Amino acid sequence: MNDFKTNANWTASVISDIKKQAETGGMLLTGMGNPSPYPNYWDRILLDASQVTNPSIDPLREPMELRTFLGRKSSKLEKETYPQLELSTPIMFSAMSYGSISLNTCKSLAMAATDSGIYWNTGEGGLHKDLYKYANRAIVQVASGRFGVHEEYLRAGAAIEIKVGQGAKPGIGGHLPGEKVSKEISETRMIPEGTDAISPAPHHDIYSIEDLRQLIYALKEATDYEKPVIVKIAAVHNSAAIASGMVRAGADIIALDGFRGGTGATPMIVRNHTGIPIELALASVDQRLRDEGIRNDASVVVAGGFRSSADIIKAIALGADSVYIASSALIAVGCTMCQKCYTGKCAWGITTQDPELVKRINPEIAKKRLNNLIRAWSLEIKEVLGSMGINAVESLRGNKERLRGIGLNETELKILGIKHAGE
Amino acid sequence: MILNKYRTEKDISACGLFGFINEDGKRQNGEIARKAMALMRERSNGLGGGFAAYGIYPEYDDLYAFHVMYDDEKSKERTEEFLSKNFIIGKDEKMPHRHVNAIKTHPLLWRYFLKVKEHKQDLAEIEEKDFVVKTVMQVNSVLEGAYIFSSGKNMGIFKAVGYPEDVADFFKIEDYHGYIWTAHGRFPTNTPGWWGGAHPFGLLNWSVVHNGEISSYGANKRYLEMFGYKCTLMTDTEVVAYLADLLMRKHQISIEKACSVLAPRFWKDIEGMSEKEKKEHTLLRQYYGSAMLNGPFAVLIANEKNLIGVNDRIKLRPLVAARRKSTLYIASEESAILEVCEKPDKVWHPKAGIPTIGTLKDK
Ligand code: SF4
Repeated sequence: MNDFKTNANWTASVISDIKKQAETGGMLLTGMGNPSPYPNYWDRILLDASQVTNPSIDPLREPMELRTFLGRKSSKLEKETYPQLELSTPIMFSAMSYGSISLNTCKSLAMAATDSGIYWNTGEGGLHKDLYKYANRAIVQVASGRFGVHEEYLRAGAAIEIKVGQGAKPGIGGHLPGEKVSKEISETRMIPEGTDAISPAPHHDIYSIEDLRQLIYALKEATDYEKPVIVKIAAVHNSAAIASGMVRAGADIIALDGFRGGTGATPMIVRNHTGIPIELALASVDQRLRDEGIRNDASVVVAGGFRSSADIIKAIALGADSVYIASSALIAVGCTMCQKCYTGKCAWGITTQDPELVKRINPEIAKKRLNNLIRAWSLEIKEVLGSMGINAVESLRGNKERLRGIGLNETELKILGIKHAGE
Repeated sequence: MILNKYRTEKDISACGLFGFINEDGKRQNGEIARKAMALMRERSNGLGGGFAAYGIYPEYDDLYAFHVMYDDEKSKERTEEFLSKNFIIGKDEKMPHRHVNAIKTHPLLWRYFLKVKEHKQDLAEIEEKDFVVKTVMQVNSVLEGAYIFSSGKNMGIFKAVGYPEDVADFFKIEDYHGYIWTAHGRFPTNTPGWWGGAHPFGLLNWSVVHNGEISSYGANKRYLEMFGYKCTLMTDTEVVAYLADLLMRKHQISIEKACSVLAPRFWKDIEGMSEKEKKEHTLLRQYYGSAMLNGPFAVLIANEKNLIGVNDRIKLRPLVAARRKSTLYIASEESAILEVCEKPDKVWHPKAGIPTIGTLKDK
């Protein structure tokens, strides 16, 4: 590729993509999240700290609380609450299906979530029989293909997530090629061995917000109103209006997935050009729900390329109750971001079903690394809370006073609802 | 509104505070509060002082007593026109004051005794109060140059820029007799010269004096906005007054529970509670996480029946309490209490996050 002459428009990748398409006549496929150099707002937001009038707090000496509850709360105290997910720290593992990732990877995530007191998410691939023992820490997903969805599955999970969209491929369905559908995957997904598993782009029973409401309540009925129902959408231009509709339709938690979120396989055209940054979607959704007085009716979970505890802290201050992480969790167990997931040949045994490769993930070791990551990030969050003179994460949530923008224009600041540094 | 001209998002201040309640209902003049505050002069810097007193207008006890500051005659006219739409003005007069050397200039100070008009009187009591809250919010946020700083019944707030003793002299507080008094001396780090920034802050019968900085201000403010409270004064103390109103008046939560919302028990302590208590405290934290006040504070909250003192969860600002017979004293410093009550039966240091409550006995 170095053979091409330097050209700002006709870069090496543009040229080689054109050549590839001229040969195959097909769409370009890729894996993981949007790698293009769009603005990353986390990097343009700074945190506040306490000085003099407000002592900072030393997390080594004083309790520092990260416990988080997700689910519907009404705005006035009642005797009972709606079902809640209790997290030891405001981080969860985002949806990754058995099929898109290996069983060993699923196992590592499930065990780590159980150890760390957080939740993992089955994705749309059903729950493998070996993973039922970790089901009380699982969010079980119901996606457009309905793979592996049955009563026992719904009852086993701690919460149910209706997946409407995904940040890496808004508006696009999924496709697990037949060669990956092994005996075990076919059993878990409840489809014949060797057939392609195709998730339609929309849910064919959801063409409107009233349809979504019906599905939400069908799932609540099926599980005796004992589990929160999450609705997950990709962050798109009108997320705020959609989110408000979702809450009114009965969603207990809404999950927003920004355009830097990862995937096992997606058309490059969609991954690189569709959707909006999670920072902006989060700020506008949180503000909209507040304006309508329904922010307490649902928790807000955000996903889409969280790289560090700093990103997470900023997300909480912008209004998130918790974040979902997936790419960073996979990096913790070996992923190098080569973006070749769609080939099914992940050298690290993550996004592959090849038994030789899958062996490379040792769930015990991987679990430990995931636990370490959660622990390390939680320690960092506590350290920062302390520096702000705050000793509970509730007091950071939506507390935009503690954020300042740097190098942002007025529109960006307005959408984020923060002031510029120096103000 | 009389503008906080520096437009700072929130007004940071340190302070001294004092309060007492005669639970037997005995009314005493403002001299006690003045004396206690004078002793704590060190804790303020002359940029704000104030008093709240309950039981001072017995002859008008079924009328809302509004204390209002105006920038000029124009803002007064505008406000009166606005108020007279929905209220009958029973009495209005210049607030009595005398000239003291330390207070050189002052806004127009007026007081009104008001009743909600007939056509509004089919309102249930809670709705009537909501209506008064709305009126206060409207005047303070929309009508330029007007600021209602006291809006309860049979109670009043008196505040100004100056040391508390000077403010006491200015408003002649020796002429008022109350069974609850709270007082405040301010040491702001900004917004000099703004009368509205002085404490107490009030809404309906609530009054709040506060020493501290609320680090969760942004979260609290956005939470309150969902319930129609507008934090226009840009001070964190305002948030405490609105939270008190929301929790204890609108949501009808007990004082103890409301204080647990403001300064929640730590999870490690909740773990060790009985099942019943554990559930109660967990529910409070689940529902009202955004109402938690974080950061250092000591605060006195009063209404017509109670004086409540509470600290932040790790007690980063001082608060001491004492009792003599049926009088409960709470102050920043023990010396201030001893100044006005030589031999208390008991003096103690309230624990972090645990409220100290004095309640008027039923007659
Ligand atoms: S290392 Fe594996 S999981 Fe990571 S990007 Fe490459 S193929 Fe995908």
